[in-house]
Amino acid sequence: MKIEYTKIVKDHFYNPRNVGEIKDANGIGTVGSKTCGDVMTIYLRIEKKIIKDISFKTYGCAAAIASGSIATEIAKGMKIQDAMGLTREDIAKKLGGLPEFKMHCSNLAADAIHKAIKDYTKKLKE
Amino acid sequence: MEKIYFDNGATTCIDNEVLEEMMPYYNKYYGNPSSLHSFGVDAANAIDISRMKIAKILNAKQDEIIFTSGGTESDNLALKGISYSFKEKINTKDNHIITSSIEHPAIIETCKYLQNQGYNVKYLPVDKYGLVKIDDLENAITKNTFLISIMYANNEIGTIEPIKDIGKIAKKYGIIFHTDAVQAVCKTPIDIKKLNIDLLSISSHKIYGPKGIGVLFVKNGIEVIPIIHGGGHEKNIRSGTLNTPGIVGIGKACELGQNRMNIDIPHIKKLRDKLINNLLKISDTYLNGHPTKRLVNNINFHVKNIDGESLLMMLDEKGIATSTGSACSSKKLYSSHVLKELGLNQNQLQSSLRLTLGRENSEEEILYASELIPKVVKKLRQISPI
Repeated sequence: MKIEYTKIVKDHFYNPRNVGEIKDANGIGTVGSKTCGDVMTIYLRIEKKIIKDISFKTYGCAAAIASGSIATEIAKGMKIQDAMGLTREDIAKKLGGLPEFKMHCSNLAADAIHKAIKDYTKKLKE
Repeated sequence: MEKIYFDNGATTCIDNEVLEEMMPYYNKYYGNPSSLHSFGVDAANAIDISRMKIAKILNAKQDEIIFTSGGTESDNLALKGISYSFKEKINTKDNHIITSSIEHPAIIETCKYLQNQGYNVKYLPVDKYGLVKIDDLENAITKNTFLISIMYANNEIGTIEPIKDIGKIAKKYGIIFHTDAVQAVCKTPIDIKKLNIDLLSISSHKIYGPKGIGVLFVKNGIEVIPIIHGGGHEKNIRSGTLNTPGIVGIGKACELGQNRMNIDIPHIKKLRDKLINNLLKISDTYLNGHPTKRLVNNINFHVKNIDGESLLMMLDEKGIATSTGSACSSKKLYSSHVLKELGLNQNQLQSSLRLTLGRENSEEEILYASELIPKVVKKLRQISPI
């Protein structure tokens, strides 16, 4: 088994989009753990149930960084209920595929987006 | 800047002089060295010369050099060949074979196979630098111990084991001593007599020779049961028509390595120390392995909260070839058993990178790497949430 990343993965890894924090983020989600390999944080600015702005930060391998980057492009402008339906497979598909053994540990973007949206809705209720 | 190769621990570029010397043995002196006609004699003579060159760098005798297909086969032949000659030990208790927990997979996996065959194997722990403790070794010896196999120098972290002391212990208890010297040959002088070594593995492609050829030194008087059967080549220890071009190549590579040691070692050491010094200036960066008891060409370090694979890929894009752990383990998920044995946690071993220099590397390349690596680390840290 060899680690072969697609051109899209490499592009997003070498030139990640939307990296960093959003100062007035109203939904933040962090998933993964340092001890098991990868950590991803997604920052959302949600207005009228639409993701107006999104950024990410990732600690991990190329697959983890690329999936964070492409997820921000996919989710930007999405309605939050649609973003809640995003899956790991959706992200991997957009990247042109990920090595099988990278699917579990590194493909964290969908989970991080869901968590950030839940953070937003929880804050609304408070 | 042209591409920079810092992965000489994985394999080296074949030396032009070695390649030139090999070429005629493919299409001019192509006879089977076992044949009695002149074609065969030409090939057999070349093999004798190669055997002599290799024996010379080890201070061994010509007939103690057995050609194999590489380091892995040499290790397999040593461990299995010796164990099979001690078959009567199988139903006895206590440690039969003593090795270390940081050996190359060629040793570890062979030991596991032998355990399945009924042999008892003790894997000695190492200290935080990767050194085997002599007291641990002596304590592990039992009346049924017949083999000690400890690597000369570790492939991942470059730590050089106390081979002289291990040889003394082996001699004291009358136990056969094998060492996997694949990474050490031509990087440090090796005298099998002074070190009391009974068997020693060499790989050609780590010393600027061709791939697919290796050597097992077997001291005269030691019985090795063959694991490959056939025409009875190599004193009936390793059958198979001899790979004349490969053998000419490994002989030349050893000769060159020996002749150039007094130029190569100071050159590579100077470059290594400069690069280590510069890398350790990066905040939260630590050297893995021993600071001084270390192969001249090995750098292995971890950078806190940086993923080794990401670092490797970013450097590769900028033209610098490195490795995480060892070449075999980069395909598995973060599984360096060596770094684990040093006591590194998951995070630290995931953030480790190995650079292994060679005689072709230049000061200019070291300066380029010294500037680039901190920049890449900075970029990855900016992306990281931790």
